[in-house]
Amino acid sequence: MADPRTHRLRLWTSALVVGAVVLAVLLVPPLVQLDEQAVDLSQKLLPPSWEHPFGTDDVGRDLLLRCVYGLRISLLVGLVAALVATVLGTAVGAAAGALGGWTDRTLMRLVDAFSSVPHLLLGIFVVALFRPGVWPVIASVAVTHWLSTARIVRSEVLSLRTRPHIEAAISGGASRRRVATRHLLPAVLPQAGLAAVLMVPHAMWHESALSFLGLGLPSHQASLGNLVQSARSSLLSGAWWPTLFPGLFLILPTLAIAGLAGTWRDRLNPRRRSELML
Amino acid sequence: MSRRLPWGAMARMTGRRALAAVPVLLGVTLAVFAVAEASPFDPVKAYAGTAGLTASQDNLDQLRHNLGVDQPLLTRWWEWLTAAVTGDLGDSAVMRRPVADVITERLGWSVLLAATAFLVAIALGTLLGVLAGRRRGGLLDRTVSALAYTLEAAPAFWLGLLAIWFFALRLGVLPAGGLTDTASDTVTPDQVARHLVLPALVLGVSQLPWFFLYVRQGVGDALDEDPVRGARARGLAERTVLTGHALRAGMLPMLTLIGSRVPELITGALLVETVFSWPGIAAATVQAATAVDFPLLAALTVLATAAVLLGNLLSDLLYGLADPRVGFDG
Repeated sequence: MADPRTHRLRLWTSALVVGAVVLAVLLVPPLVQLDEQAVDLSQKLLPPSWEHPFGTDDVGRDLLLRCVYGLRISLLVGLVAALVATVLGTAVGAAAGALGGWTDRTLMRLVDAFSSVPHLLLGIFVVALFRPGVWPVIASVAVTHWLSTARIVRSEVLSLRTRPHIEAAISGGASRRRVATRHLLPAVLPQAGLAAVLMVPHAMWHESALSFLGLGLPSHQASLGNLVQSARSSLLSGAWWPTLFPGLFLILPTLAIAGLAGTWRDRLNPRRRSELML
Repeated sequence: MSRRLPWGAMARMTGRRALAAVPVLLGVTLAVFAVAEASPFDPVKAYAGTAGLTASQDNLDQLRHNLGVDQPLLTRWWEWLTAAVTGDLGDSAVMRRPVADVITERLGWSVLLAATAFLVAIALGTLLGVLAGRRRGGLLDRTVSALAYTLEAAPAFWLGLLAIWFFALRLGVLPAGGLTDTASDTVTPDQVARHLVLPALVLGVSQLPWFFLYVRQGVGDALDEDPVRGARARGLAERTVLTGHALRAGMLPMLTLIGSRVPELITGALLVETVFSWPGIAAATVQAATAVDFPLLAALTVLATAAVLLGNLLSDLLYGLADPRVGFDG
């Protein structure tokens, strides 16, 4: 792979970006005494300038501020959805791996069936019938994203079950529950945690796509996807900035999180050769 | 490559997969009905619209009966299923036509868009993958790889909007959306071709990272292996080594795995068709979802699932052909 210097650079840039993003979404809303919803029609569709680094939207709202608030919502929804999906996936994967037999076969067939429906389509279906609101969006992201975690956790548990310390615990008379909570779960948590971190950008992407299609968050909770959606009319009059910046705000944290998770992944699976493998 | 194709084994695998697909598809249709049942959405109120606010309870009950939604879940599912087998998928409320007509009319446009996008992704992915894989870690490789990861993170709808801004509004060289010019009432090939360029390019580019990374990996690995070393030792030209040995090794897995990219393609098409108002089935899916048009949405969800299963089968068949060690047992 790449040399250590590139690795360190990637790690530090990613950490810096993630840190900046977290600080921005946590600190800007309480500290900055500006109303992101403040409409000022005399300031509408101003191109980027010193006063408004990202320009203003079609009703004169500052886009930098709108993007920070949008990122805050997207990140929050992404985090919660990734958490729900990881808990669900870990539970199913651990149950399938630890219990084996027909439970394993049934659960894995279920995972296969779920993965044959394209994610966004399944998400659209769920949201369309349960909308509007934040929870349908979170649920729609969660039901489409637990599959890979379930597979990873299951295979981890399967390989753990044959290890000597687990066999020793079982032959020493440890209960099923004790083996599961003391031996299996702690061992799969790093993999599940990695999957969860890698899932956050996916979940954010998913939420943005739903919101962009008008099926996601209600417009008063403007996420980055909502921002791009509402920028469509401005785009037709030639204003590119309301579209460009929310998208960049989505890409930057995604790359940074992937960069951080990549370092973590290299430590967990040092023999991984290809970027295409987890 | 003049060995006989193992038709028998391939047919048996196709048959097994078709049998395995039946329960999956049945499960998906049942799940679709169950989710609709569990949702707060009421088809009667949706059907009645504002008239439903003033209608009497008797009228609403009558309507409920007429629509058949007073039946239990399993009965409705079974009726839908038996009708669907004969080709009757119900009526779409948002398109005001039979669902089957909507699908047959729009499927072709979606296939055209998807196929063109795949060709774009394969051509660009192979070209860039070979150039980058030839010298991994070089300037070109690092630049293109970084771009690929960025592209992977970029939402397709965002790329589409920026493409519209640049090519349609700024340069004014390509139409911003639709299938034909707004003034035109006939569909001519040259108009379709011009309207196809932007959506196909955006959909293709959004699929590009996977193709690129695959070819890059394959070519890079193949260049380190014995056949290539042998070819170089025999003094073959670099070009022959690259196109004859490394490219074949790098492209084959990518081509065989195309079928497994169907889910990503559908996801991309949902966004790209909507952005470009392309009259395909993916755009219809979004419209059906926005209007909670259950018959259309249910049919399209099942159709997409079938497409994914078909893609998986195709890719497994091709993989078995390309690598006889894999075989057709799956």
